[in-house]
Amino acid sequence: MTVQDVLVLIGLSLFLGWVTRKGQRQNLLLLASSLVFYWMQPSLPLRYLSFWLPTATLLLVILSWVCTSSYQQRWERETIQTAGFVTLIILLVGLTRYVGLGNLFTALYPPRLHRVMIVLVFTLGMIGILSRKETFSNAALWGLFSFFLLLFVILKTPYFAQLASRMWRSVVDQAPALASAEDIKWLGFSYLAFRILHTIRDRIKDRLPVSSLKEYLIYILFFPAISAGPIDRIDHFLRELPEGQSPFKKDIILGGRRLIIGLFKKFVVADTLSMIALGPEKVSQIQSTGGAWILLYAFTLQIFFDFSGYTDMAIGLARFMNISLPENFNKPYRRQNLTQFWNNWHMTLTKWIRSYFFYPLTRALRSKGAFSVFGVLLITQISTMVLIGIWHGVSMGFVIWGLWHGIGLLVQNRWSTFFKNRLSKYELPSMLDPFLSGMGTFLTFHYVALGWVWFVTPHLSQGWEVMKWLLGVVS
Amino acid sequence: MATGGGLMMSDVKVWRLLLKTMILFAVFNFILTPLLMDEVEKVSIYNKFIPGRLRLPFGEDPDRSYNLSLFSLDASFASHVVSDPGGPSDAYRVFVFGDSSLWGTLLRPEETLVGQLNALDLETENGSPIRFFNLGYPTLSLTKDLMLLEKGLEYEPDLIVWLVTLESFPRHKQYTSPIVSHNYRAVRELILEYDLDLDPDHEDFIKPGYWDSTLIGQRRNLADIFRLQVYGIMWGITRIDQYYPDSYEPAQRDLDPDPSFYQWEEGEMETNDLAYSTLEKADQVAGGVPILIVNEPILISRGANSDIRYNFYYPIWAYDQYRSDMQKLSIQLDWNYVDLWDLVPEEEFTNSAIHLTPRGETILAERVSEAIMSLLVSSPSVEE
Repeated sequence: MTVQDVLVLIGLSLFLGWVTRKGQRQNLLLLASSLVFYWMQPSLPLRYLSFWLPTATLLLVILSWVCTSSYQQRWERETIQTAGFVTLIILLVGLTRYVGLGNLFTALYPPRLHRVMIVLVFTLGMIGILSRKETFSNAALWGLFSFFLLLFVILKTPYFAQLASRMWRSVVDQAPALASAEDIKWLGFSYLAFRILHTIRDRIKDRLPVSSLKEYLIYILFFPAISAGPIDRIDHFLRELPEGQSPFKKDIILGGRRLIIGLFKKFVVADTLSMIALGPEKVSQIQSTGGAWILLYAFTLQIFFDFSGYTDMAIGLARFMNISLPENFNKPYRRQNLTQFWNNWHMTLTKWIRSYFFYPLTRALRSKGAFSVFGVLLITQISTMVLIGIWHGVSMGFVIWGLWHGIGLLVQNRWSTFFKNRLSKYELPSMLDPFLSGMGTFLTFHYVALGWVWFVTPHLSQGWEVMKWLLGVVS
Repeated sequence: MATGGGLMMSDVKVWRLLLKTMILFAVFNFILTPLLMDEVEKVSIYNKFIPGRLRLPFGEDPDRSYNLSLFSLDASFASHVVSDPGGPSDAYRVFVFGDSSLWGTLLRPEETLVGQLNALDLETENGSPIRFFNLGYPTLSLTKDLMLLEKGLEYEPDLIVWLVTLESFPRHKQYTSPIVSHNYRAVRELILEYDLDLDPDHEDFIKPGYWDSTLIGQRRNLADIFRLQVYGIMWGITRIDQYYPDSYEPAQRDLDPDPSFYQWEEGEMETNDLAYSTLEKADQVAGGVPILIVNEPILISRGANSDIRYNFYYPIWAYDQYRSDMQKLSIQLDWNYVDLWDLVPEEEFTNSAIHLTPRGETILAERVSEAIMSLLVSSPSVEE
């Protein structure tokens, strides 16, 4: 995202913050979020895909709502109106091709309108047929869940992404031989999928709050949180959606302050650090241990300021519209152990994974009674962290990064238990506290920093090369 | 009412906040920046926290070269090792000026002419180590060289070596180098002070107005200076200051049958069409610091139409005329001049008719070092 993009979003959020206090709040938020989804979708080398991906996003969100809502809700007047409204938005964007505004909402010209209409009629027709179903079984919902997971795997696995690109190229008469794994960049799909999966899972567990199609669409597509989260929960978001009592002036000040912090973190600190941060292209250029550590420290700080800067901006923009998004970072690098680090780094993702993977898996393993406490911890910690790694992309580097943290959490857990049992008999002088906490922070920070080596380097040999430089064992 | 952020809402007056912000910005924009910019340009982490660069900053691909082109002479020199106050105090300092062939396109710092001269560990007759500094800059303009030479004098050279080639001489090329056109004040002063036969208000100059001295006007310059410092860290870590492609397009050997040199056909190019006068004023600008002028090697092609042209740049008649004029001027004005135009064999050129391979630079370094040593011996006053 560029500064210009952020400025446009600031203007839009302020406008919405002002105008939605006068009414039409949900309609305007839905319209803005949908159009921003088109506008922010990057230009792609695959013909018309920069139009079809946001369109697919809208249609998939409608589909997932249909599958998670009640029969009665589906045929309410408001639902039909919302579906019509979304169809109109898609057609409006498609029509820009014919009025010389083809790049207004999309990076490249949309396809011809008759194609858009054929796809819409077919897709909405199918969704309509599905809507006639009284209720969806858990098996069907798990099928939908698996479908989103499959999409996720395709997008995050270079081999499948390239294959998908090749197939798309064949369909639109582009050279399949030029297909690349980088061809398909689906704006915000990771976050979108997490939100949708959360609602499907909660629906299976019968704890999904009731939401209208409009509310559901706004929750999934809410534009400040498109590109970098946070991953809000639907129940929290629905509480925020109705206009609160907070005066606009207060929202401007609170949101503005958060936004300025975010802009500074992202565009000043992170972008400066990116110039000297460790990256795959820099690995072969390292000439000293000191140099390697500087590159690593720069990356360690860059990724934090970049990511938390985006979160601050998202929270600030949402605040303008009188919506509180959840926090995502809480001084993670100042934590004294790895568990605390993960409780304060990308908090909404870790909460999600904990709720929908770690706890269910732990319960399942314990209920079987086939594993010792250590065995359960070993499996759950490592598989959870590997899953978080793979969420960033299916590559060996991310797997190793996940393993690194999984093993770290396991060791830290065992270490804490071991010492807590023994040290509880003794009273340590309080003067040691600052030293111990400082030591904990130092070790945690460096363990996390060393983990980033695997995150940054796509090839294991590169990661190992950097490790050798860092440890001063390069001959 | 206390807010979540601990801010007392009743205490915040938006208009007051905006007013204070505007006043603060106005002070920075209209007063502090114009007053302090000259000093800011000299602030550098080079030679203090990180090693100075071995050549002047230049680069069009900063993310890969950890280097960038900027227009501030102060910032450029402050980042160069020439401004390092350390080093042996008795060193004999030789500043070498020239174009991209001297700067070292495609060459690592140690492979350039200056790198190879330093590797020779030369000493003066009284045993002082001779230290060479690469002050070349990759654009072709004598005025650019003279501007850098004048700036370089602040760093106390004992001897100046200036590598030139005909392509730097045409009058219309004197102002087009971006570093020249963006340093209007410095070049204008140079032209007026030394009465150079150049237009001090040429249309190619980017003439700064008042707004250009404000914070808004200086934002690009400030950003460049800041980025130069940050990329300096990468320079310190990697010793990389340019992007080295895996392969490059070799300099053209088969040439077009075109006998013209810019707008001139044979017999049309007057002495006055070339900026010899700029070269003539160099002694005056150097203020007593001796200058050795070197006509740098060029590629002499043996390919198609090599009976018409020596290379992509030069038709034979124009280059021969230039060499003859330089020879005459050097005798007439008593220059220390060496003509090494045909020193380097054709195969030792890389992507241009003036860019040398490391081996080509070695050949050149041997001859230039001989010329320097003979100059030091023949003119004892030079060494003093």
